[in-house]
Amino acid sequence: MRLEKCWFCSSTIYPGHGIQFVRNDAKIFRFCRSKCHKNFKMKRNPRKVKWTKAYRRVHGKDMTQDTTFEFERKRNRPERYDRNIAEQTLKAIKGIVKTRHHRAQNHIKNRMKGNKRKEQEMEQEELKHGITLVKAPHVLQEEPPFTLPKVKVKTAPAQEEKIRAMEE
Amino acid sequence: MGSMLNSMMRLRTRAFLLVVPYIVAALVKMVQYNLKKITVVPNGKEMIDIVLSRTQRQTPTVVHKGYAISRLRQFYMRKVKYTQQNFHDKLSAIIDEFPRLDGIHPFYGDLLHVLYNKDHYKLALGQVNTARNLISKIAKDYVRLLKYGDSLYRCKCLKVAALGRMCTIIKRISPSLAYLEQVRQHMARLPSIDPNTRTMLICGCPNVGKSSFMNKITRAEVDVQPYAFTTKSLFVGHTDYKYLRYQVIDTPGILDRPFEDRNIIEMCSITALAHLRAAVLFFLDISGACGYTIGQQQRLFNEIKSLFMNKPLIIVCNKTDLQPFDTLPEQDKKLIEEMKADAMKTVLGQGGEATSEEGVLLTMSALTEDGVIAVKNAACERLLDQRVELKMKSKKINDCLNRFHVAMPKPRDQKERPPCIPPGVLEAKAKEAAAQAEKEKRKTERDLEDENGGAGVYSASLKKHYILANDEWKEDIMPEILDGHNVYDFVDPDILHRLEELEREEGLRLADEAEDDFEMDGEELTPEEREALAEIRRTKSLLIQQHRMKKSTAGSRPIVPRKFDKDRQFTTERMGRQLTKLGLDPSAAINRARSKSRGRKRERSPEVMGEGDAMDLDNEQSNKKMRAMSRSRSRSRSKSRPPTEVVPGEGLKDSVQKGKAIKLAKKSAKKRNKNARKGEADRVILNMKPKHLFSGKRGIGKTDRR
Repeated sequence: MRLEKCWFCSSTIYPGHGIQFVRNDAKIFRFCRSKCHKNFKMKRNPRKVKWTKAYRRVHGKDMTQDTTFEFERKRNRPERYDRNIAEQTLKAIKGIVKTRHHRAQNHIKNRMKGNKRKEQEMEQEELKHGITLVKAPHVLQEEPPFTLPKVKVKTAPAQEEKIRAMEE
Repeated sequence: MGSMLNSMMRLRTRAFLLVVPYIVAALVKMVQYNLKKITVVPNGKEMIDIVLSRTQRQTPTVVHKGYAISRLRQFYMRKVKYTQQNFHDKLSAIIDEFPRLDGIHPFYGDLLHVLYNKDHYKLALGQVNTARNLISKIAKDYVRLLKYGDSLYRCKCLKVAALGRMCTIIKRISPSLAYLEQVRQHMARLPSIDPNTRTMLICGCPNVGKSSFMNKITRAEVDVQPYAFTTKSLFVGHTDYKYLRYQVIDTPGILDRPFEDRNIIEMCSITALAHLRAAVLFFLDISGACGYTIGQQQRLFNEIKSLFMNKPLIIVCNKTDLQPFDTLPEQDKKLIEEMKADAMKTVLGQGGEATSEEGVLLTMSALTEDGVIAVKNAACERLLDQRVELKMKSKKINDCLNRFHVAMPKPRDQKERPPCIPPGVLEAKAKEAAAQAEKEKRKTERDLEDENGGAGVYSASLKKHYILANDEWKEDIMPEILDGHNVYDFVDPDILHRLEELEREEGLRLADEAEDDFEMDGEELTPEEREALAEIRRTKSLLIQQHRMKKSTAGSRPIVPRKFDKDRQFTTERMGRQLTKLGLDPSAAINRARSKSRGRKRERSPEVMGEGDAMDLDNEQSNKKMRAMSRSRSRSRSKSRPPTEVVPGEGLKDSVQKGKAIKLAKKSAKKRNKNARKGEADRVILNMKPKHLFSGKRGIGKTDRR
């Protein structure tokens, strides 16, 4: 029993799921669910369909090259069973998978690195330009400029509540 | 006689015996009858139908009275002759195919007589024969008459008469035909007993175990039941002995009765006994479970002793499981000894040679299968000997001498001449023998399976012969999948080593990351600024929503401008709230706004009047108007408006202006309407492509045109 990868979205196909399509040139296409199958039938290129792993790899969103990928490789020759090796392998899988996961996350984090600064700059801009929507111009000069104006309570408490409630 | 046939007489046959030849000791020709391949004898009515329809189809049908007279006569004569020919053919077929009872083996002759009554059978066939002759005569007569027919109508009448008379004859013999059909059906199912081959006959009282014995030695599945007369007719089975095939005939039980009183079933067996040259096995039930004592059985034996002339006879004592032979009471044993003596007489009477006593009286039990084979072998042996002897004495010995005797050449010198076997064959044989011996010594997996409970219970351990570094690992189960990964993909002898390297790398990398993990933050927004930003965003989205609503509705409906809002959304309170939010003091603005909308409260109107220096009339009018408007607003709106009343939002100043506008509009249309010309409204098609005309399928027909 093997866990296969979906040809379209590259997710794992567990036993009992999905469809396999064998083309006339004997190439086998495995799909994890009908969504991928239907996309394939529509002749869509997975490298252009945003939510697939192929797209993410091609466009650099996910990590592509790493030594952790070399641990997992389909070997076509059967190995003679050795209990020690089997034990070691089972223990090693956990570690390998963990490091791979960490590295993938780092990759994404590094990608997103410049974002914060950009975001903040944008926010500043928006604040500067939009402050006139919430603050009258002559009030701007008084206080720290980019905050909400302080509400001057002159009238009775009942009216105050009315002001607070947003009824538009 | 039909009733006799309708009685439950089923004679079964062996499937592979097809043709049973019967040789007629005839003067001129030798006829072979095949009882199973007699053509079906049709009913009287059916025969008439068949022949007449044939005549109609196979002879020309069209005739007109304008034809030449010879042609007409020929036409009808042909029909008469054709019909006669057909009847003749069919009846001849019947007569020829049914066997003549004199011309077949006396066994079958007697059997058929027992079953169908010779006389009736002969009569039926005789009737068919006479019918045939009568039809020929009729045809001859009417053909002669037809020669002198002078018109179409007369010829036709003659033909009708001829055919009618022939059909009457057939109708008269239809009971015979029905009888013959039944006979044919029954005959086809008679067992194929070859009277000339080696036969063993099993007879005895009812219920002694003849059919059970038969079942044991042959593949015939004869009914075995506890009641008497289970077997109602002859059954044939076949068995082998010394590479020869023997017929075994099971007979119905014979009761001890005088000959004349016997019924048909018993007669069948007696016929068989009488005519077939066979070895006879007389069955005795020594336990008495059949319901007849040994004395009664012995009396029966004496009765039919005469039929056993020249036949090897064996007395078989059955049911020894219920009553062993040795513990029989003395008088029974004496009776049996008498029977045995008779049997010995028959043996001795043949060849003048004294045979051993063993082959004459045997015991067996059909239930436990104890002694069954011995009986069969003894019977076969006796029969074979007898036949061989007979053959030896007859003149035909030379033809079949090769079956008895293998001639060996006389040795002319002392040299040994063994048979020549090529060495390759010898080697192969030796190898095969060795393999066989080895196979017998080695215990196979199948034997193991059988030992441990069979196929469903035991499942072979496929891992038994695995070759591993350590034999303890043979029964290990290795997982194939772990956490969504295939374990086999990771298997590697030095995986741990590589894992260590990897972890070292990882550790280094983590360290590096930790160093340059802080980011240039830039300026963070303070919480108040955050609030402001959120507020800005909210306001923006509200504006967008409103705009979208307006955009979508403005195309289809006129929007009331803010000045004239009927829902009273734009109140001073609202304005006040919004201004406060912006941080301004709204009171001044509120007051100003309120002071402007004077018309709302009546008390204020005199003050307002004081301000305006406009014409009094106007003011009065406007005042009135204000009152009217306010009245109309304060009350319900059920009053209809006069045409010159200015509705806010129309774009007209006052009612005078509106009256002028109305007058203008009417004037421009008056002339046109008088001339009945198309107007503005008439030219306009509001909806160039109404949906109901341009969409949908037709209930019937095509939608090429719309």
